[in-house]
Amino acid sequence: MTAPGEQEPQSAQLVRPYVITNGRGLPENDQFNLITLVTASEQRPPSQLDPEKRSLLELCAGGYLSVAEIAGHMGLPIGIVKVLLSDLSSDGYLITRAPAPPAQLVDVSLLQEVLDGLQARFG
Amino acid sequence: MGSRPVSDDDVYLNEAVQVAAKILVVGHFAVGKTTFIGTMSEIPPLRTEERMTQAGAHVDDLMGTRGKTTTTVAMDFGRLTLSERLVLYLFGTPGQERFVQVWEDMTRGALGALILVDPERIKESFPVIDLVEHYGLPYAISVNHFDGTPTRPDAELREALDLLPETPIVTCDARDEKSSANALMALVRYLQERTR
Repeated sequence: MTAPGEQEPQSAQLVRPYVITNGRGLPENDQFNLITLVTASEQRPPSQLDPEKRSLLELCAGGYLSVAEIAGHMGLPIGIVKVLLSDLSSDGYLITRAPAPPAQLVDVSLLQEVLDGLQARFG
Repeated sequence: MGSRPVSDDDVYLNEAVQVAAKILVVGHFAVGKTTFIGTMSEIPPLRTEERMTQAGAHVDDLMGTRGKTTTTVAMDFGRLTLSERLVLYLFGTPGQERFVQVWEDMTRGALGALILVDPERIKESFPVIDLVEHYGLPYAISVNHFDGTPTRPDAELREALDLLPETPIVTCDARDEKSSANALMALVRYLQERTR
């Protein structure tokens, strides 16, 4: 099936994203997974915050979102968003909820919960 | 890209959600991944684009001097709140084996993968299946079936795809919510069996 909207990646439209992170790559401890849930803390950010960090905090102020959703809404690559999140988190502006453990450690109850949820919604 | 529906209440997760889980929806180009994710997601599906720098693909280039190229890899995803405390994310990306970074990010912590297969283009599924196996993710095969596609016996498909006897094969119409949900449930039941 040819899905509308599904197309091969063609060109990079981003404006040099690493400028935003001052050329830094990912921090050593990769505390943010694609599905780490993030929201803004009560702590008020300083007025001279970078524009990208500011808009990220504004987005997060509305409630919990996953790292992937934040990247999607902001139109930024995941890697860049992780760097911004890492900075904001170490400065105390964010609260996170960790994702489910990896497949090898998943307990049967989580799978049952997923199945029950799907059944309740679509069964 | 770049939209900021910040004012929309449905954008955010339920305050009580504690646990996030992830399932991959993968397959070759144009097999229906985006359709599947769009059918199942409670939010308008989102897309991120990652810029990848990689060594030239043609390793047999006699010149041996092929420079690095930059490519954009798109990742589509959707969200499904399954209970007060649990949210499920569905992630899809084209099966391009060279984009290791994207695959590592996607597979880390994933419960499993649903591999969408077009019965008319079996061979195109091989690289994706190899990738999923490489990252050690358990998977189920979902044969994307829609009007006019001839059905193939499961045994034939199993042999063509070189599947284990226990790997589930389900038929699904990615445009149909119930049918797509059934495919996901078949995968989750299989994951349950494996943990017993």
